[in-house]
Amino acid sequence: MKDNKKVTITTETTWKEITPGGIVYEAGNAHNYKTGEWRSMRPIWHSEKCKQCLLCFPVCPDSSILVEDGKVVGIDYDHCKGCGVCVNVCPFNVFDFVKEE
Amino acid sequence: MAIRERLSGNEAVATAMKQINPDVVAAFPITPSTEVPQYFSQFVANGSVDTEFVAVESEHSAMSACVGASAAGARVMTATSANGLALMWEILYIAASSRLPIVMPVINRALSGPINIHNDHSDSMGARDSGWIQLYSEDNQEAYDNIIQAIRIAEHKDVRLPVMVCMDGFIVSHSVENIELLETEKVKEFVGEYDPGLDTLLNPEQPVAMGPLDLPPHYFEHKRQQAEAMKNAKEVILEIAKEFEALTGRKYGLFEEYKMEDAEVAIVVLNSTAGTAKEVVDELREKGVKAGLVKIRVFRPFPVEELREALKHVKAVAVMDKADSFSAAGGPVFVETRAALYDAETRPVMISYIYGLGGRDVKTDDIMKVYEDLLEIVKTGEVKSVYNYLGVRE
Amino acid sequence: MAKQMIEIRWHGRGGQGAKTASLLLAEAAFATGKFIQGFPEYGPERMGAPITAYNRISDSKIRIHSNIYEPDYVVVVDETLLKDVDVTAGLKKEGAIVINSEKSPEELRPLLKGYEGRVYTIDARKISIETLGKYFPNTPMLGAIVKVANIMEEEDFLKAMEESFAHKFATKPEVIEGNMEAIKRALKEVKGDER
Repeated sequence: MKDNKKVTITTETTWKEITPGGIVYEAGNAHNYKTGEWRSMRPIWHSEKCKQCLLCFPVCPDSSILVEDGKVVGIDYDHCKGCGVCVNVCPFNVFDFVKEE
Repeated sequence: MAIRERLSGNEAVATAMKQINPDVVAAFPITPSTEVPQYFSQFVANGSVDTEFVAVESEHSAMSACVGASAAGARVMTATSANGLALMWEILYIAASSRLPIVMPVINRALSGPINIHNDHSDSMGARDSGWIQLYSEDNQEAYDNIIQAIRIAEHKDVRLPVMVCMDGFIVSHSVENIELLETEKVKEFVGEYDPGLDTLLNPEQPVAMGPLDLPPHYFEHKRQQAEAMKNAKEVILEIAKEFEALTGRKYGLFEEYKMEDAEVAIVVLNSTAGTAKEVVDELREKGVKAGLVKIRVFRPFPVEELREALKHVKAVAVMDKADSFSAAGGPVFVETRAALYDAETRPVMISYIYGLGGRDVKTDDIMKVYEDLLEIVKTGEVKSVYNYLGVRE
Repeated sequence: MAKQMIEIRWHGRGGQGAKTASLLLAEAAFATGKFIQGFPEYGPERMGAPITAYNRISDSKIRIHSNIYEPDYVVVVDETLLKDVDVTAGLKKEGAIVINSEKSPEELRPLLKGYEGRVYTIDARKISIETLGKYFPNTPMLGAIVKVANIMEEEDFLKAMEESFAHKFATKPEVIEGNMEAIKRALKEVKGDER
């Protein structure tokens, strides 16, 4: 079923197209599932206040603290579910936590 | 006076079990039947039953404990779903062949794989040849009523077989609906004191051994005797239904016929889909279409002669299976219903629909499509497709 | 079709109590003599994920056992759902939608994909925090839908809820008063754009 390798299964996929037995061919395809819409509270990261202690990064259950070259650069709102763990763990009150509009 | 209540299907089942107050319940939790042992263990904890509750480590053990307790002479119940039922498989056959009247609610769920927790009938349909009597229930009321009757059916001297009472997982088990309960005294009176007879493990007057090795000289005779008990069950089920009707006013048979007197097209279906389909029958009847429905309550034993009588005058029949038997020739209810009509002098055109697998919702529109297909067959006399899948993305 | 059946669809997020609200509504309608159904659409239980729950309320026995595709009423327990979920899908024009929001119905109507029926809002967050000290939107939403859909007499509803809470919160009676207050305020404060 090599032809199916890149197939993205949706609620439109027919029985002829769907992967046999529900095989998942692509590693890390949870990335395609935008769980950001589950969010009712939004953490906002302020770069100017951030001391780059990186305590928020390992505690985020959705790997949504974006880090480049060892530095926090922002939040991945496509996947952040707004749990607020980052807000809670930050020793410098860098984050605002506001109602999602 | 009946008690007007509102209960989920699982609460209704647990309530029936509370009122029956069995000697032993051995169970292991599995979605969507988990609430049944959960509620029941609360009844044990707060003293509203005096049942011995055995918390086991698997369903294989649950059914094994049930077999042991039943063999010892206890009135025994449990509950399960899907993979839990599958894990009991070996012991299901032993319970039936040992003629142990265990009663088990089966909260129907798709049997993996791919893994799925939602409703279809692949679990209990797979167990259809295990030797258990199978009753199916449209809603919480029928599940409750069936469980109370099942105790009497299982323990009847002409039967002595275990009974599964099936209802749809989530659709019924987790939906809160109105129900009429019997007073506990009336339930107790109806089910009576269990008399296991003399052949029990705990009867010091007459020591017995049970479940012996059964080699070719005897095994067949035992199975034939077991088959006779299943044959007897049909009459017993009807007798007990009559008694139950006298008590509650609620009528039960081997199956329910809905607007079948003059029906030209009909569907045969089990469990909750029957309710949805009755709405469609009413809608069609208002337009003057002679539509009817047969809802099978007793699938084991299978009501062959009775179904033949009910369906032989219909022009076209669709049999709906919420399980595929992977015979590549229709689902189990279809195969057996169609075979039942083989000896009829006149018989309808019969087609198969496999539908609702793994919790795919069944809408009135879906049922309407089935009736439309039947009407088209009646009109043209042409069957385009015998084996059909309803509601799958083509 | 059964006569005079009301069908309600609830949209909420996992953890906000939309399922509980649908069961409470079923219970209240049951207490006034109706036939009821209350059931959630089960998926994986995930905090924050959009969830749906349903109610049918009727004067006669309810036989249908499918989800609700053409509801008379829709209740949105979390207004952030408006941008991701098609909450008005199949909603009857003669029906109504009730949304938990501090905004006015007129402000929210443009987000409803051209829905032409009645639109109501209720600030369930404010009511909940003021009466219960915490954010439990489901009780005010329950009051609001009973008012909008005119499901039962207010007096009967309040009596049914009082009994239900007395049972539900038998071990913490201190929260009964707050919940009753939340419902009473919701009955008064729900605002409508009735066109």
